Amino acid sequence: MSDLAPRLTMIDASVKVAPVRISERHVAGVLIVALCAVLVLIIALPLWALLSKSLEDTHGNFVGLANFVSYATTPTLFFSLLNSLAVASATTVIVVPLAFLYAYALRRSCIPAKGVFYAAAMIPVFAPSLLSGLALIYVFGNQGLLKSWMMGASLYGPVGIIAAETLYSFPHAMLILVTALALSDGRLREAADAMGTSRWRIFRTITLPGARYGVISAVFVVFTLVITDFGIPKVIGGQFNVLATDAYKQVVGQQNFPMGAVVGIILLVPAVLAFFVDRVVQRRQGAMLSARAVPYVPRPDRRRDLALLGFVGVIAFAIVSPYAIAFWGSFVKYWPYNLSLTLSNYNFAAVEPDGWKTYGNSLLLASLTAVIGTALIFIGAYLIEKVKLYPRLRAFAQFLAMLPMAVPGLVLGLGYVFFFNAGWNPLGFLYGTLTILVINTIAHFYTVGHITALTSLKQLDSEFESVSASLKVPFWSTFRRVTAPICMPAILDIAVYVFVNALTTVSAVIFLYGADTKLASIAIVHMDEAGAMASAAGMASIIMFTAIAVKLAHAGLDRLVFGRLQHWRQR
Amino acid sequence: MSTTAPPFLSIRDLSKNYGAFRALHDIDLDIRRGEFVCFLGPSGCGKTTLLRAIAGLDQQDGGTILMGGRDVSRASPSERDFGIVFQSYALFPNLTVTDNIGYGLVNRRRSSAEIARRVEELLTLVGLPEQGKKYPIQLSGGQQQRVALARALATSPELLLLDEPLSALDAKVRVRLRDEMRSLQQRLGVTTIMVTHDQEEALAMADRIVVMRDGGVEQVGTPEEIYRRPATPFVADFVGHMTFMDAIVTGPGRVRVDELDLLVANATPFAVGTPVRLAMRPEEVRTRSIGEDTPNRFEARIGDLAFLGSYCRAHLEPTSSRSTRIAADFSTNAMRDLGITAGQVCTVAFPPEALHVFAGGAR
Repeated sequence: MSDLAPRLTMIDASVKVAPVRISERHVAGVLIVALCAVLVLIIALPLWALLSKSLEDTHGNFVGLANFVSYATTPTLFFSLLNSLAVASATTVIVVPLAFLYAYALRRSCIPAKGVFYAAAMIPVFAPSLLSGLALIYVFGNQGLLKSWMMGASLYGPVGIIAAETLYSFPHAMLILVTALALSDGRLREAADAMGTSRWRIFRTITLPGARYGVISAVFVVFTLVITDFGIPKVIGGQFNVLATDAYKQVVGQQNFPMGAVVGIILLVPAVLAFFVDRVVQRRQGAMLSARAVPYVPRPDRRRDLALLGFVGVIAFAIVSPYAIAFWGSFVKYWPYNLSLTLSNYNFAAVEPDGWKTYGNSLLLASLTAVIGTALIFIGAYLIEKVKLYPRLRAFAQFLAMLPMAVPGLVLGLGYVFFFNAGWNPLGFLYGTLTILVINTIAHFYTVGHITALTSLKQLDSEFESVSASLKVPFWSTFRRVTAPICMPAILDIAVYVFVNALTTVSAVIFLYGADTKLASIAIVHMDEAGAMASAAGMASIIMFTAIAVKLAHAGLDRLVFGRLQHWRQR
Repeated sequence: MSTTAPPFLSIRDLSKNYGAFRALHDIDLDIRRGEFVCFLGPSGCGKTTLLRAIAGLDQQDGGTILMGGRDVSRASPSERDFGIVFQSYALFPNLTVTDNIGYGLVNRRRSSAEIARRVEELLTLVGLPEQGKKYPIQLSGGQQQRVALARALATSPELLLLDEPLSALDAKVRVRLRDEMRSLQQRLGVTTIMVTHDQEEALAMADRIVVMRDGGVEQVGTPEEIYRRPATPFVADFVGHMTFMDAIVTGPGRVRVDELDLLVANATPFAVGTPVRLAMRPEEVRTRSIGEDTPNRFEARIGDLAFLGSYCRAHLEPTSSRSTRIAADFSTNAMRDLGITAGQVCTVAFPPEALHVFAGGAR
């Protein structure tokens, strides 16, 4: 350290002149108010419209709970509720144990090719839910390859719905359970081993209790996913009515908006319940693991590993093969009588007026949603987490940001119909445009992105903003130079998540598309309705491969970003 | 730096509550220009809250803060003039050392050549020349701390705030850096406030120490004053080690502990018969050159002895009373010269000027 003191004080005077700046407090205030306004518009008001619609008659007069009473006393409607509960319960009972064992094999055994099995189980995530229904029709339907296996029973109904929902919800349950089983303290296992505890007792007293919150969470997620899903009962349900298809029929078929709203609110119940259970579970799970826990590293065990490998192989085959067969079927001339291959099913215009344009619409929607949605979600999370002004407004924005998690897509879509269709709404012109589809899709998938952003922001030193303030650097400069670059991996995660879901979703947008904005996922429903199953399967396959390609590109980009732009992470 | 000049920082009647919890109350404090002040206290005493209120990072509920004669009580952090170093350093991991240090200079319409020169200067100042191209993760903890210090000093603030800047470091590095920081502060003459829970650090670095407890100021004074004349039993106990004994005032300058009559040098305002608490530091117990006329001498048995490196801590039991135990530190020298062993009885003395008298009852 040399003698620089005099020179430092000389510079002193010249640096003191601070440039004219906009007040940070005002900018932060404007941004937070704007965030709240946007969230109210895209989330709170549509939900409010749904609630109020359920209390009105078809002419818009307030009737109290009359609609709910007539719902409960109309047998056909009430039976759908029972049907939905039965199907959702059955699927949950099947999926959760299978997914648990699958996740157990991936986390707690030494089977080979874990990455391949993980990827195989993830495939349904990348396809519209109804592709699993189409796939099962190819295999077990009236013209199915293995129709004889059904022994005369019909696939079209509860059996088909449960089977297809099992396929569709499996990866969601597996993901939760893989995470739950990763959170375990290896030292407990070692202590038990040292005391000569039997394997079954270890499973019962350590493994299972350790993952119990994950199991609870998986149960609620699967139940909610199934009860609110629209695509599968639509293509494979036959005459078997469930809540989701009822809502669609009431609104789109019979224009009975109040009754559609009632069904929407009934669908809201399990989702809201699941939301709160999940929050409680998350809190408990976090507290269970001490910072000093040592992750469990499985050791090879021939008999166990072989048995689990067999199980995982069968499940992975059962997941992948229907999708493969549906893809094959999309090239087949006349299933199953003429199995020669053709590309004619991909001439979508023959069965769907908008043809390939729907795919373009979907790509446009997904891209716009990914770009605008990610920017909104990340900046919103930054304002909520890092700007320490206006605590009440930020708490309000946080509440609104968490709300979409508890709202099934179908319910949100209904809310949008009622809100943007209302005569008094000056935003009514948006109905049927791409804009409303983008807005709706952002709202639909807001919460998961928001949580991802929050998690990543919380990992940053909470004093970055304090340091910037002391250096008189406004927070938006620090956001641009420090926060956003550090969080780039999380931002990419959010963008890809939003993109893939925008591509595959049917439930919310089916109420909102217009003549020029029909999406590929909706075209699939229409082509299937028109009996063009091969084309429907083809379009669904294209969507699935697009989503998978985007995911792979993401993995590559992630490596590039980490390698080139984030070299500061390496010592 | 004359005492008659108006203080650089003036805090009056500051208070802050978190719900029912009083984080700060009745804080009055003056800090002179160029002074190095330490806020010292156990965790939860409000020292960091006070520092953040001075910075404007957590606004107080009541009271005023004057900085350089200007009322900044309601000003935002960017409207105040300070640099800050946090315990975590909060270095921007994606920026090089150079960019970190120059972070606050970039938006001040300085040319890039000027900024580069200034950063180079600061790097030399904190003893890290030619490290500018590295990223924070490539530096040791001590180096990161210096970069954070350079960044805080880059804009030549009038006030430097340090929030436990040394507590994340190894013991050896900590001692070296604290000396470097102290000499740097003296050369630059920048008014500095450091928060710490480490009394040794505060004693070694500060011009003045503000001892805090439960959101209030317990005592303000030079390190020597704090150590030699603690104002309250809390300060006596928190700074250094202290043995407390229950006593009764028996006359002017006289107290009694069990069977021991003791002279105390500091005049006590307590009436005869008042129960008081007597306190003494272990290193003040005398074992050598005790004559017939040495006051407060008595026989004591050496209880257990704990070897602590350069000295031993013993527990003395006066032979006249087995219920009192008094900690005493003996240097390794004294141990050897006097042949002190556990269980032995020897003559010790309490120097009257080393005895502190506090009001009795709860601490």
